Amino acid sequence: MQDKYNKIVMKHTPKENVIKNALMTFIYGGLFGAVSELLLEGYMLWFSLSRKDAGVIVIITLIIISSILTALGIFDVCVSKLRSALIIPITGFAHSMTSAALEYRKEGLVLGIGANIFKLAGSVILYGIVATYLFGILRLIIMGG
Amino acid sequence: MNTYLYAFLFCGFVCMISELILDNTKLTPGHVTSLFVVIGAFLDIFGIYDKIVLYAGAGAIIPITSFGHLLIHGAMDATQNSGIIGIALGIFNLTSAGISTAVIMAFLLAVFFKPKH
Repeated sequence: MQDKYNKIVMKHTPKENVIKNALMTFIYGGLFGAVSELLLEGYMLWFSLSRKDAGVIVIITLIIISSILTALGIFDVCVSKLRSALIIPITGFAHSMTSAALEYRKEGLVLGIGANIFKLAGSVILYGIVATYLFGILRLIIMGG
Repeated sequence: MNTYLYAFLFCGFVCMISELILDNTKLTPGHVTSLFVVIGAFLDIFGIYDKIVLYAGAGAIIPITSFGHLLIHGAMDATQNSGIIGIALGIFNLTSAGISTAVIMAFLLAVFFKPKH
C-alpha cells in the first residue's frame, strides 16, 4: 500500500528539467563572468589600476548593486529565475547578508540586525577560515607560501 | 580576448555544478556556497586556483570559490614576513574589502529601508 502510494507521489511530483536548468545556469553564469571581466578591464583602463586591485573593485561593485537590488525586492525575483547563476557569484553572499538584516530589522538594532546579519553568510566565513587554517598550513609546507 | 572565453566557461561551469547539486540533492544554497569556499581553498594548496585566475580573470574572481582562494592568499602573503603566525594575522587581508562592504551595505539598507514583503 505504502509502495503504491509512493509510486503515485513520484509520478505526480513535478520533474524539474535538470538538464535544461543546468545549461541555462551555465549560460547565465558564464555571461555574468564575462561581463565582470569586461568591467574589470574597464576599471583597469579608467582608473589605471593593477589587475588585482581592479578585481577587488569589481567585487565591491557587485556587492553594492546586489545589496541595493535585494533591499528593493528585485534580487529575489531574479534569484528565483536564475538560481545558481546569482547564488554562486559574490552577489549571493551580499544577498544573504542584506536579506537577513532586512528580515530581522524589526527585532531591533542589536538583537535583530546585529545577531542575525551573519546568519547565512556566517557559514561561508566559518568554513572559509577552517579551510584556510588547514590548507594554508599544507600549502606553507608544500609550496613555501 | 581569450580571457573572456575562459571567464565565460569557468564561471558558467561553477554555476552549473552548483545548479546540478541543488537540483539533484537535498542540499541548500548555504551548503553549496560553504562547500565551494572549501573547494576554492583546497585548489590553492598546489596553486591550481592561481592558474585559473590567470586564465579566467574576473570569471574566477566573482564565484564564491575565490573567497577561499583570497583567504589563503592573504594568509600566505603575511607568512612571508611573520612565519606561520602570518596565517592568523593575514587571513582577512584580501577579503576584508568584500566583507566590510557587504556588512556596511546590509546595515545601512536595513536601517533606512522598509523591507518589501
